[in-house]
Amino acid sequence: MIRENPRSDDPSRSSAPLVSEPPNHAAPGARKDNPMGDPGPRGYFGDFGGQYIPESLVPACQELEASFRTAWSDRSFRETLDGILHNYAGRPTPITECKRLSDELGVRVLLKREDLTHTGSHKINNVLGQALLAKRMKKTRLIAETGAGQHGVAAATAAALFGMDCVVYMGEVDVHRQELNVFRMKLLGAEVRPVTTGSRTLKDAVNEALRDWVANVGQTYYCIGSVVGPHPYPWIVRELQTVIGTEARSACREILNGADPDVVVVCVGGGSNAAGTFAGFAGTTAQLIGVEAHGGAAMTRGIPGVVHGMKSMFLQDEDGQILEASSISAGLDYPGTGPEHAWLGSTGRVRYATADDVEVLDAFSLLARLEGIIPALEPAHALAFVIRAARAGEIPSGASVLVTLSGRGDKDVAQVLEVIGP
Amino acid sequence: MMSQEKVPAAPAGSGSEQAQAPGKLEATLIEQRATGRKLLVPYVTAGMVPDWPEMVSAALDAGADAVEVGVPFSDPMMDGPAIQEASRRALVLGTSIQGVVAAIAHLNAIGTPAPLFIMSYYNILFRLGLKRAALTLARAGITGAVLPDLPLHEATAWISEAAEAGIANVMLVAPTTPDDRLRSICNAASGFVYGVGRMGVTGEQTDLARTSRQVAARLKAATSLPVIVGVGISTPEQAVEVCQDADGVIVGSGVVRRIMEGSSPGEITRFLGSFRRALDAG
Repeated sequence: MIRENPRSDDPSRSSAPLVSEPPNHAAPGARKDNPMGDPGPRGYFGDFGGQYIPESLVPACQELEASFRTAWSDRSFRETLDGILHNYAGRPTPITECKRLSDELGVRVLLKREDLTHTGSHKINNVLGQALLAKRMKKTRLIAETGAGQHGVAAATAAALFGMDCVVYMGEVDVHRQELNVFRMKLLGAEVRPVTTGSRTLKDAVNEALRDWVANVGQTYYCIGSVVGPHPYPWIVRELQTVIGTEARSACREILNGADPDVVVVCVGGGSNAAGTFAGFAGTTAQLIGVEAHGGAAMTRGIPGVVHGMKSMFLQDEDGQILEASSISAGLDYPGTGPEHAWLGSTGRVRYATADDVEVLDAFSLLARLEGIIPALEPAHALAFVIRAARAGEIPSGASVLVTLSGRGDKDVAQVLEVIGP
Repeated sequence: MMSQEKVPAAPAGSGSEQAQAPGKLEATLIEQRATGRKLLVPYVTAGMVPDWPEMVSAALDAGADAVEVGVPFSDPMMDGPAIQEASRRALVLGTSIQGVVAAIAHLNAIGTPAPLFIMSYYNILFRLGLKRAALTLARAGITGAVLPDLPLHEATAWISEAAEAGIANVMLVAPTTPDDRLRSICNAASGFVYGVGRMGVTGEQTDLARTSRQVAARLKAATSLPVIVGVGISTPEQAVEVCQDADGVIVGSGVVRRIMEGSSPGEITRFLGSFRRALDAG
């Protein structure tokens, strides 16, 4: 339905056989009808993923994997988490059919409303699950990295709920850009540590959180905010976000008389709301589209690399030095993407596209005016793609399109005011 | 689960005689150890100052048994503030792996009294292609590589390329490494085994962590390879103390900080000379 995005060949394959392991597509536990399965004990999604970490952290990652496997197959853990997601976070979230936007575009737009969860973004799904796991592992201290502050706020929230100490690493640049979120984290009892090294943004916050974890691994749980990092994180976070896709699929079937949407469009930074959404639809015939920020397009303009514990796609120079991403949306300001996305892109199951800052601001305003919903700038990327593709006829008129509205736009209003003026 | 861990095959599979014999790094360190002396291995971040090769020479002048040259990376996860800042400066100055390799080749052409090896992060070699990376290092006379973000279970491909090119694959063992995994790592390592002295990243410490001697003692009981401890060894006294169990020490952040503060090569030689004298005095 939508034209294919030509992808350059993986340059790592031409020079040398870089991965000696056989591809892991049919991982144990993978359902035949759902390609997004269990990445197995080594944590590989095809050629991507793995565990590229200092030796000091190897036992901790192995302990985490074992604990998550046990917890995730323990019915009482799942029921406890479901209860918290329902009573505390406000799940399930609704699907909103956008009548006026649909009329405007000639395609049927459905929104999965993660903006309506407690703390206002999908990040809460992940932190509640990981904090519950941390508690089960008898860890007393939660550390997290944050870019825009959404994951930091969510982590601080979960730490408050479960009575844990919380330290959030945040690049100094982001601390200044997101003053209100810094104050929110402090209100929630977390300590925010500005990171002054490197580019002083999200990627450096990840480095600093990893350094903290190496030094304090005994009592500390590192709560990663996206489907990135060493195994088992990309898998854990995707599993915890799959609630988005599972709910969305069953709700869509009610709205669409038993059918799945024709197209599913989700924004991708690290890629957690995309992974969670895609997991619900990977086994269907729906076309899956991940939309990156033009200035942070690791899938569309990056090449394979190994950073932050994972083999995945990264923006980097020819020497392998990681580049800084730049986007109007701090949440997509990450030069890499999760390994499962790297794999889904390499198999062609998901097409990755980009949206630039200008069209994102247009989409932000259009949704507000037509539907009374102010989206976060991150999902405004997914909307921007839908608007462009529908107007260009790439999405045929009358097609049904599901967009995950991963968060609400309140955090971005001041920034948008600065850019577009009153 | 640990004991079932697949141990990478010994490098003998390459069929090359050179791959089977201990490489220059390992042979040199074992020879020096046999004389009864403790091993001193200073670290310098390549490119952090324009005259960094002179800093390597300064370390050699102090009686180093080998010198570890850091190839800077944008995201040095295992490094503390001093080496992070040195890496940043090096990248701002345009340092690349090609430039570092060329400079080391030049030092080797002039002749060095002790072997040079590199430390970097895996992405630098991964982008080059592992086979090409190993050959490039070998051709420059680089005797080994330390890759702190490449743990044993991800290292299979690199181990065989390094062995084929005759590059030592120095591996790290941490205080948290269980015994059976420690043995597997020692079996896969060559050159020496790098004992991580403390749970944390590189950086100067006021006190020697208790884990420094513990990890050294555990390694000495498990391997005949030289056991050299780094991370948090900041003073000659700490070096002497850890060498009651270890064969030697790596001194990194203290060197790098002094260079950033403007120390001359002569001052670096004097600083490292204090370690040499303390280790020789025992």
